[in-house]
Amino acid sequence: MTDATTPAVLDTVANAAATPERQQPYAALGLKPDEYERIKEILGRRPTSGELAMYSVMWSEHCSYKSSKPYLRQFGQKVTPAMKKNLMVGMGENAGVTDIGDGWAVTFKIESHNHPSYIEPFQGAATGVGGIVRDIISMGARPVAVMDALRFGRIDDPDTARVVHGVVAGISFYSNCLGLPNIGGETYFDSVYQANPLVNALAVGVLRHEDLHLANARGVGNRVVLFGARTGGDGIGGASILASDTFAEGGPTKRPAVQVGDPFAEKVLIECCLELFRLGLVEGIQDLGAAGISCATSELASNGDGGMFIELDSVLLRDPTLTAEEILMSESQERMMAVVEPAKLDAFLEVVAKWDVETSVLGEVTDTGRLVIQWHGEEIVNVDPRTVAVDGPVYDRPVAYPAWLDAVQADTASVLERPAGGEQLKLQVLRLLGSANLADKRWVTNQYDSYVLGNTALTFPDDGGMVRVDEETGLGFAVATDANGRWCYLDPYQGARLALAEAYRNVAVTGATPVAVSDCLNFGSPENPEVMWQFSRAVAGLSDACLDLEIPVTGGNVSFYNQTGDVPIHPTPVVAVLGTIADVAERIPSGWQDEGQNIYLLGETRLELDGSAWAGVVHQHLGGLPPAVNLDRERALADLIAAGNAQNLISAAHDLSDGGLIQALAESVLRFGIGARVFLGEVLERDGVDIATALFSESTGRVIVSVPREDDVRFRGLCEGRGFPVVRIGVTDAGSALEIQDQFTLSAAELVDAHRATLPERFGAVVGA
Amino acid sequence: MSPRIGVITFPGSLDDRDAQRAIRIAGAEAVALWHQDHDLQGVDAIVLPGGFSYGDYLRAGAIASHAPIMAEVVDAANRGVPVLGICNGFQMLAEARLIEGAHTRNEHQQFIRRDQKLSVETTATAWTSGFEAGQEITIPLKNADGRFVAAQEVIDRLEGEGQVVFRYVEVNPNGSMNDIAGVSNARGNVVGLMPHPEHAVEPGFGPDTRAAMKSGTDGLVFFTSVIEGLLARAR
Repeated sequence: MTDATTPAVLDTVANAAATPERQQPYAALGLKPDEYERIKEILGRRPTSGELAMYSVMWSEHCSYKSSKPYLRQFGQKVTPAMKKNLMVGMGENAGVTDIGDGWAVTFKIESHNHPSYIEPFQGAATGVGGIVRDIISMGARPVAVMDALRFGRIDDPDTARVVHGVVAGISFYSNCLGLPNIGGETYFDSVYQANPLVNALAVGVLRHEDLHLANARGVGNRVVLFGARTGGDGIGGASILASDTFAEGGPTKRPAVQVGDPFAEKVLIECCLELFRLGLVEGIQDLGAAGISCATSELASNGDGGMFIELDSVLLRDPTLTAEEILMSESQERMMAVVEPAKLDAFLEVVAKWDVETSVLGEVTDTGRLVIQWHGEEIVNVDPRTVAVDGPVYDRPVAYPAWLDAVQADTASVLERPAGGEQLKLQVLRLLGSANLADKRWVTNQYDSYVLGNTALTFPDDGGMVRVDEETGLGFAVATDANGRWCYLDPYQGARLALAEAYRNVAVTGATPVAVSDCLNFGSPENPEVMWQFSRAVAGLSDACLDLEIPVTGGNVSFYNQTGDVPIHPTPVVAVLGTIADVAERIPSGWQDEGQNIYLLGETRLELDGSAWAGVVHQHLGGLPPAVNLDRERALADLIAAGNAQNLISAAHDLSDGGLIQALAESVLRFGIGARVFLGEVLERDGVDIATALFSESTGRVIVSVPREDDVRFRGLCEGRGFPVVRIGVTDAGSALEIQDQFTLSAAELVDAHRATLPERFGAVVGA
Repeated sequence: MSPRIGVITFPGSLDDRDAQRAIRIAGAEAVALWHQDHDLQGVDAIVLPGGFSYGDYLRAGAIASHAPIMAEVVDAANRGVPVLGICNGFQMLAEARLIEGAHTRNEHQQFIRRDQKLSVETTATAWTSGFEAGQEITIPLKNADGRFVAAQEVIDRLEGEGQVVFRYVEVNPNGSMNDIAGVSNARGNVVGLMPHPEHAVEPGFGPDTRAAMKSGTDGLVFFTSVIEGLLARAR
């Protein structure tokens, strides 16, 4: 019996040339007919089965960015000299690198692992952490922190608990075992993510300038070495089949395409790589993630002298029955590929042996301009590596303005009934405080180690995470991630700008100065013209906003096909902002620690309830237009906080976002159990809003700060000197209650019960709560 | 001359550099030791740090307890050299039979991180002499396999002989028997505990206190205790 799609004999280059008529399973591998034709055109023959495997994974949406590339160019075009000043490595490498001074640099990146995390939540999320951490190591940096932006389905859907338990345990297991503090992130619940959760993992690394490494294979004759875990049958085709396809009802289970992680192997690999870097034993390095050896060899060769020769038989295997194609496609975790000078090879092997890391020399760098791979002595791949890694197909996908959008935008929340005050207002406040997205997230964060490495200066529930880089000077960085999918659904352009504005503000309130951006753009299918419109608008909005704030995007990733059936997720461009701080001792807490201090509201409040948490929770409403965003104002606000902090005038600062002013006030009380008396008369009068709007509106560019009494005059002077709107709205007090004068009082018990019960009710008790 | 305290790094050790930092802050010299060496480099005391040595494969601490350097650690412990096992190091001490008892999965089956209140049950050990008996301290805790268990007669003996060094207060975070957070050997030179004193040694990076965010430094006393003991012996 013969099977036309399974070659009985090894499919060599010569064989491919001699058998042009053979049918190949390109469609099952995710390639379109015209893409297959293009491969044949490039090669001047049909591809071998090995080449087909390589092209199919590298030309997948996940690896090639074929639908997003034309748009992503804007991030490189909309730049000013100020944005380039501290940028050591920009987009296109494993992760961007930013100079933070004193010879230090920080590299960070956020990346999606969405589809694997739905199929097998534990391993999907765990390997998401592993993958992003390897990107950081590849730059020559020591990973020092992780955080995660998570989106799940409705909190009361039975399947949500399965996904939440698996994802949180997977992140906890992997990052705790790696010894990386988890310093923040987000957890949201919304039915649009029901069968398509978002797991966006972020990692940060630090390095000295001289330790910077890049993924390129230079130096003819230099050895190409694969080290780390052995190659197995896990994750084969993960990139092409999983990340670039939608889940069809009743389709075959895709579990075998999810990778399995071993954090112990990765921890050892980190220490091993750092020692190799320190001893100068590596010329170029690349991690093995999506598309495994196919990606690493073709990218290293493309970025270097252009050629590489590989003997695939040298790959150490976990399963000796793997075929050449499977070895090329395997996404086994915890593997790295290095380019090593022959004279340094012995020293290299000595270091990896010290760490008990398995290693094999696969081949060498050439200047032939060809990536040649042999298997059992026969040539099975002979391609120009750039055609695999760089010059993949690019699509100008059809774009269509969503037919439904005008009606949605016309449906404003401003006309919804708002409580006039008192008891009804209080009930709504408590409902919001305990709603899934505003409730306390310690059920999640208590499963993460935030202490390890001993440098964590801020972590959840503060607005951003902060880590010390230099123990001598206190130099450090802060990071925050944000995205409001509801706003992006209403207006993806403004929504993306708002995501950046909020992440920027969250970094600013920690006392750090925002310097760089990484983004993870989660969208539906690019084959849906309305999704492509959302994507095009979001990228335009984010790149314009980066230009306005003068902070560059240094890297990130695009995740398409986030939908179930025909229903796409809300556009969810998760934006991570990195900031720097000269001394982490100058950080600002998010909650009040002392009684008798004045509370100020910075910024103005407008009737902006469209897309708000209030509209969603109280009225199950999503319509209208998101809040206005004024990036000049955001910049002025960040500058004001920095100036106030430099003069030690600010004892706490908390950003206003989801849930509005009342949520920020409640969180500031709950942080350390110091209460407040709040009076809003002046805000109502100045801004011309009612009490419900004052409490629930999500107008941007607002922060509450606490100021010690003795610094009051100087603080007011600072705001007035800069013409920034400021109103004193209350004082902190020793009780742990929150009183909104003339309206209601929330006792300490009411606050705690409302805020902390929601997640444990669904997912199980929190120890000690 | 300040004492020299060794910190052994195993594959998968995570808090080794934190322990070294704690030792330096307390005023001693931190000496990095490697699991494959049969050499303690003449250190005056030893810390087995936290982490997931060998990925917790087999049992937490089980493989590390057979590392080459553990032969020297056992000898040193039997000679009276102070040894502190933190978290995974506590598990190694149990696996190496330097202390009694064992650790199983947390009762609630999840990894837990929290700022944990402890009571100091005895000051008659090398690592707790600087505390006051009954003193309540706050030390970060983070573990998955932290439930201390032993046969009832072992628990009774540990309690009776004053070898229970720390007890969880208010909340028992992992289901440990008798709320036991840390124990010592009979001589009191070897102490193991699940919480991480090395994460409460530096203002700004420790647990929250009433006074200020992340300002807790109760863990520093572990290290100053042993240093003072070593200096007193040298005099």
